[in-house]
Amino acid sequence: MTPDQIIFLLCAALIVSSALMVVTTRNLVHAALWLVAALFGVAILFGLLQAGFLALVQVVIYIGAIAVLFIFAVMLTRREMRDKGPQVNQNWGIGAVLALLTFGGLAYILSSWDGFSSTAKAIPLGTDSLMMLGKALVSPDAFVLPFEVASILLLAALVGAVFIASASKD
Amino acid sequence: MTFWNDPINFIAGWLRSVFTDWGLTDGPANVITSLIGIVVMILFAMLIAIALVWVERKVVARFQDRLGPNRIGPFGIFQPFADIVKLIIKEDITPAGADKAVFNMAPVMSLASVILIWAIVPLASKIYGVDINVGVLYLVAVGSFGTLSVIMAGWASNNKYALIGAFRMVATMISYEIPMVVALLIPTIIAGTMSVKGITEAQSNLWFVVLSPLGLLLFMISAIAELGRSPFDLNEAESEIVAGFHIEYTGMKFGLFYAGELLHAFTFGGFMAVLFFGGYGGFFGLEKLSAFTWLSNPFIELVVFLVKALIGYWIIMWVKYSMPRIRIDHMLTFNWKFLTPLAFVLLMVTALFDKILAPTQFYVLGMFFSNISLAWIVIEILRRISKRERIEHERNAEPVIQVAHP
Amino acid sequence: MQNEWLYIGLFIVIGVIVPIVPLIASHFLAPHKPNPIKQSTYECGIETVGESWVQFKSQYYIFALVFLVFDVETVFLFPWALAMGNLPLFAVIEGIIFILILLAGLTFTWRKGLLEWA
Repeated sequence: MTPDQIIFLLCAALIVSSALMVVTTRNLVHAALWLVAALFGVAILFGLLQAGFLALVQVVIYIGAIAVLFIFAVMLTRREMRDKGPQVNQNWGIGAVLALLTFGGLAYILSSWDGFSSTAKAIPLGTDSLMMLGKALVSPDAFVLPFEVASILLLAALVGAVFIASASKD
Repeated sequence: MTFWNDPINFIAGWLRSVFTDWGLTDGPANVITSLIGIVVMILFAMLIAIALVWVERKVVARFQDRLGPNRIGPFGIFQPFADIVKLIIKEDITPAGADKAVFNMAPVMSLASVILIWAIVPLASKIYGVDINVGVLYLVAVGSFGTLSVIMAGWASNNKYALIGAFRMVATMISYEIPMVVALLIPTIIAGTMSVKGITEAQSNLWFVVLSPLGLLLFMISAIAELGRSPFDLNEAESEIVAGFHIEYTGMKFGLFYAGELLHAFTFGGFMAVLFFGGYGGFFGLEKLSAFTWLSNPFIELVVFLVKALIGYWIIMWVKYSMPRIRIDHMLTFNWKFLTPLAFVLLMVTALFDKILAPTQFYVLGMFFSNISLAWIVIEILRRISKRERIEHERNAEPVIQVAHP
Repeated sequence: MQNEWLYIGLFIVIGVIVPIVPLIASHFLAPHKPNPIKQSTYECGIETVGESWVQFKSQYYIFALVFLVFDVETVFLFPWALAMGNLPLFAVIEGIIFILILLAGLTFTWRKGLLEWA
C-alpha cells in the first residue's frame, strides 16, 4: 500500500460519507456544509493526481461560489431550516433494488474495461501542463472555438439570471 | 551550503540525516522533516500575529492623537501577551439555540484559512514553504474558505444581527473577489508565470508598480474590501449592528477571529509587496557586484520582505483609520458598476500593450503611460457624469421664491 | 517533496490543529457557569423582539449569481494570461473577445436594473 493509495482511500471515504450525510441530514444548512466537505474531497483527489490548477479551480468555483450560492438560497427562502416528516416514502424498497441493480451493472461493465489494469503513459518530465493548457485554449487548431463558445454560454447564463430575477421582481 | 547561505535546506538536511541515523527510511524522514518545517512556519506566522496586536493598537492610538498601551513592559510591548491570557481565561458562552458544531468550527476555519496562505509566502529566495506553480490562484482559493467561515459564524449564532452582518460581509467579499482576481492577473501577464516566487524573480530589474500603478491601486482597494476592514467594514459597524457576525463569540473564539483578521491584513500587505514591489528582492542587481554579494543573503532578504510587508500593512491601517465607513449599497454598486469594468478594461489594455510593446524598448514607458492615460480617461468620464448629474439636480430643484418684505 | 500538494495537505492538517490548541487551553482554564441570562441572544442589552429569522433582500442572491458567472470567467482567463507571453498577437485578441462578450453581459445586467441596491 503506497501512501498515495492510503490517501486516496481516506479521501474516497470522506467523499462518500459526506455525500451520504448531504442526503440524509435533516438540517438544510448542515447539508450544504457536508456538500462543501464532499467537494473539498474531490479537490484533494485532483491534488493527488498532481493537477494543482484543477484542484484550486474546484475550490474556487465549487466551494467559493456554488456552495455560497446554495447557502444563500437556503437562507433566503426557507423559514424553517429542518426537514419535517419521514425521510423515505413508501417506494423505498423498489428504489433500493433499482439502485443495487444499477450499481451491479456499472460494476460489471467497468470491470471488463482494461483501463484499470494498464498504467497510463507517464508525462515526460519538464512538461509544463499549465502552459500547454493555456496554449491549447487559444490556438486555432486546438480549443479556441470551445473557449469562445464558453463565454457565450456564460453570457446566456447571465441573461437567464436577469430574466428570472426581473420576472420575480414585478 | 552553510547555515547562513541556505538556512532551510541546511537544517532540513541535518534533520533528515538525524532521522535516517535513527533508522527511518527516506520517505517518513522527509515527511517528518516537512512537518517540523510546517510547524516552524506556522509558529512564525502566529508570532507575527501577536506582534501585530501591539502594532495595531499603537498605530491607531497615534492616529487618534493618544498614546496607546504603555503600561505593560516598555512601550507596552508585552500587551499582546496580557491580551492572550485574558482571552483564554474568559468564559466561553454559547448562546441558546446556537448550532454548536458549526458555531465552534467557524473561528477555527477562519484562522486556518489565513494560516494556509503562509505555505506559499516567499519570505526570501530560499525561505518559503512550497513554490507551487499556481500560487496566485491559491490565494483566491483560501479566500473562499474565509468567506464560508463568515457565513457559518453568522448563521450559527442564532442572532439576527449576526446574520445581517454575515450576509453583508459575504456579499462584499464575493463581489470584490472579481477585481482582486483581475488585479492578480496583471502581474501574471507581465511576469509570465503564476507562481509567487516567479513573479518576485521577474521583478529583479524593475518593480511592477512602475509598469502598472493602476493594478496596484485595484489590488489595494479589493484587498481592503476582502479583509472586511474600514472603509468596507459595514459588517462590524458598531453603531449599526454591534460587531456583526461575531457578536455571540466570547473569549478565545473571538480572539481567533481577531488574530485572523490582523494576520490576514499583514499577509495582504506582504502580497502587495510581492506582486508589485519586488518582494524580497530590491537591490536591482547591486548584489551581483562582488563587493555586495552579502546582500543576497537569505536573512537580508527576509528583513527586506518584512519591511515591505509592514509598509503595506501600514498603508492598510492608514486607510482604515482615516476614512469613514461606506454604506452597503454604495459598496456593492461601486464594485459592480465601476471597479469590475475598470478592472477588465485594465486587463485588456495591459494584455494588448504587453504583447505589442514587449520586444521594443518602449516597454516600460508604454505600460506606464497606458495606465496613466486609462486613469485620466476614467476620471474624465466620471467628471462628465457627475457634472451632468449636478446640472440635472439643479434643474429639478425648487426655484427660490422671493418673499416680498413688508 | 515529490508532490508539493502533499506539503499543502500537511499544512492544512496542522493549520487546523494550531487554532484548536488555544481553544482547548481555554476549555480547561476558563470558568464554565452557564445561566439562561448569559446565554440569551444579544440585542443591545434588551430582550429580543421578534424571532431571529428575518426576510432578507433577494438582491443578495442576485449578486451571488452575477459573481458566479464572473468567477468562472476569471478562471478561464488564468491559463490565457499564463500562456500569452509565448503566443502571437492573435491569442491576445481572442482573450479580449472573451472578456468583451462578458462585459456586454455585465452592461446588460446593469441596464436591466439588477445591480441596484444591496
